[in-house]
Amino acid sequence: MGNDLGGGAGKANLEVFAQTLLSMALQNKDVLVVTSDSRGSGHLKGFAARLPDQIVEVGVAEQDLVAIAAGLASTGKIVYAVSPACFLTARALEQIKNDVCYSDWPVRLVGISAGVSYGPLGSTHHSLHDIAALRAINNCMIIVPADNLETEMAVRAAAGLQHPVYIRFGKRPMPHLHRPGTQFEIGKAIWVMRGSDIAFVATGEVVAQAVDAARTLKAQGIESTVVSMHTIRPLDTQALLAAASSCKAMITVEEHSIAGGLGEACAAVLMQSGIHMPFRIMGLPDEETVVGSQLEIFEHYGLSGPRLAQTALELLNGRG
Amino acid sequence: MGSVALSDRQLRIKSIQYRLKILKYIKMANAGHTGGSLSCIDILNVLYNRILRVSPQTFGHPDRDRYIQSKGHSVEALYVVLADRGFFGESELETLCRYMSRLAGHPTRKVPGIEHNTGALGHGLAFAVGVALTGKKDGRAYRVFVLLGDGELDEGSNWEAMMAASHYGLDNLIAIVDRNMLQITGPTEQVCRLEPLADKLAAFGWSVRIADGHDIPALTDVLSAVPFEPGRPSAIIARTTKGKGVSFMEYDPSWHHGVPDNQQYEIAQQQLEQLLREAGGGQ
Ligand SMILES: [Mg+2]
Repeated sequence: MGNDLGGGAGKANLEVFAQTLLSMALQNKDVLVVTSDSRGSGHLKGFAARLPDQIVEVGVAEQDLVAIAAGLASTGKIVYAVSPACFLTARALEQIKNDVCYSDWPVRLVGISAGVSYGPLGSTHHSLHDIAALRAINNCMIIVPADNLETEMAVRAAAGLQHPVYIRFGKRPMPHLHRPGTQFEIGKAIWVMRGSDIAFVATGEVVAQAVDAARTLKAQGIESTVVSMHTIRPLDTQALLAAASSCKAMITVEEHSIAGGLGEACAAVLMQSGIHMPFRIMGLPDEETVVGSQLEIFEHYGLSGPRLAQTALELLNGRG
Repeated sequence: MGSVALSDRQLRIKSIQYRLKILKYIKMANAGHTGGSLSCIDILNVLYNRILRVSPQTFGHPDRDRYIQSKGHSVEALYVVLADRGFFGESELETLCRYMSRLAGHPTRKVPGIEHNTGALGHGLAFAVGVALTGKKDGRAYRVFVLLGDGELDEGSNWEAMMAASHYGLDNLIAIVDRNMLQITGPTEQVCRLEPLADKLAAFGWSVRIADGHDIPALTDVLSAVPFEPGRPSAIIARTTKGKGVSFMEYDPSWHHGVPDNQQYEIAQQQLEQLLREAGGGQ
């Protein structure tokens, strides 16, 4: 997908993650990555070849992955526990809850190929529950980077955290959404576009779809705000309220179940702030998710650029 | 280690005093895991008074020995021993399970001396593998001791950790199984057969020894002999009796988290005080 904001096609966030991790680990031998037979899917074979002493392989055992990562973190290591998001946040949920969050060890939980990145593989491999599950667990930051810049900055920022964090992203190449040098701060949303008609508050790989929708709408004279809400917890309520007050309607967009995700988090903030506006949560509905590529699934559930533009028009015309 | 070495006799006396305190504070809280605390207290006694290189002054030092109580429900035994070793004041034990107390019904890092929050079963060993891995990577001399319940071994996550521990040759890791043959429903062998436990642990690459989990010299010998083999994690199957020391609690699963009523408490106290007199530590 072309994009005139930051300039052109980028890499997969997954690849940027792996490169960033390697460059950090080369500088600091206390940076460790723990994998559960997931170094291939995590693009970490190069890391393993360069720094064999800084990768801990536990086999296909996500519970072990997370608890061992907590143990390593307790000794001062800077640990990234890497596994497909679908397994990491379901199979090892109790380890995340107790060994990481409750015990407050600063493990960087990295859910790769998140959302419907593994779309063709069926629901076993989809992670549409992870944000909801972790939002309900105390002491876990949640970051969903949208593009390469956000990914690199999130992975670097995570190294300095004293508390647990979950970062999730996919494996399809992403367009650059931000100009180089754009500031990234955990908990501070990034404004991608500013407009006064419709506000898209999006997170992760569908931010690009919202940008695409905004471009389509602009051709019809409709101005959009697009906010990349890369940190879902703590939510940037200030940015959310600013986006709400600057536009006539709001659409939240996420590659996640509608239940318990970004949209519901935003709705709760708006309602409790006394803000009532045309509002729509776009995500995956409560049904068995169809099989298909990530983009086909986006299109099917209204998360593609064209379908988001259509939803915006309906909402602005009072037919939403 | 204690500044003054305690004799076997002194440790036997301590064990009985610990049992009295466990019951006292469980009775005061009207909550607690009585049977398991009485079953593992001799192990904790030997660990904290003879084996572990950790003290309130060195807790937090990167080279300290670690003790991780994976069977978190037997926390009363741990609290009583930590208080006795000076990690926190004994009077705080009176707050066990009370509103806003640090002393929750399962261990947390809020309590001085506690390394990791446990309570859900099947977590401590894998966490300990991570701690032991750093010891190996960084060439540190500390050991990591983990106490597991036998019922706890039903959790598959333990066996994931067993595999990883032997795969990485963690001879700085010692798992102690409190083999009291009971879990909450009843005998472990009826609930979901665990035997042949030693063979299973050995098949997973661990070096295994069996010891009397209530015998101070035997526990001292086995815990002083680790690692049993270089390059392998050590497992100790400590043969114990749930509810040990109080006749009507012994080997009765209903005391898993039973709290004695006033009359039962009085009898239990009398029995333990009798044992104390026999051990030469009576008042
Ligand atoms: Mg038992």
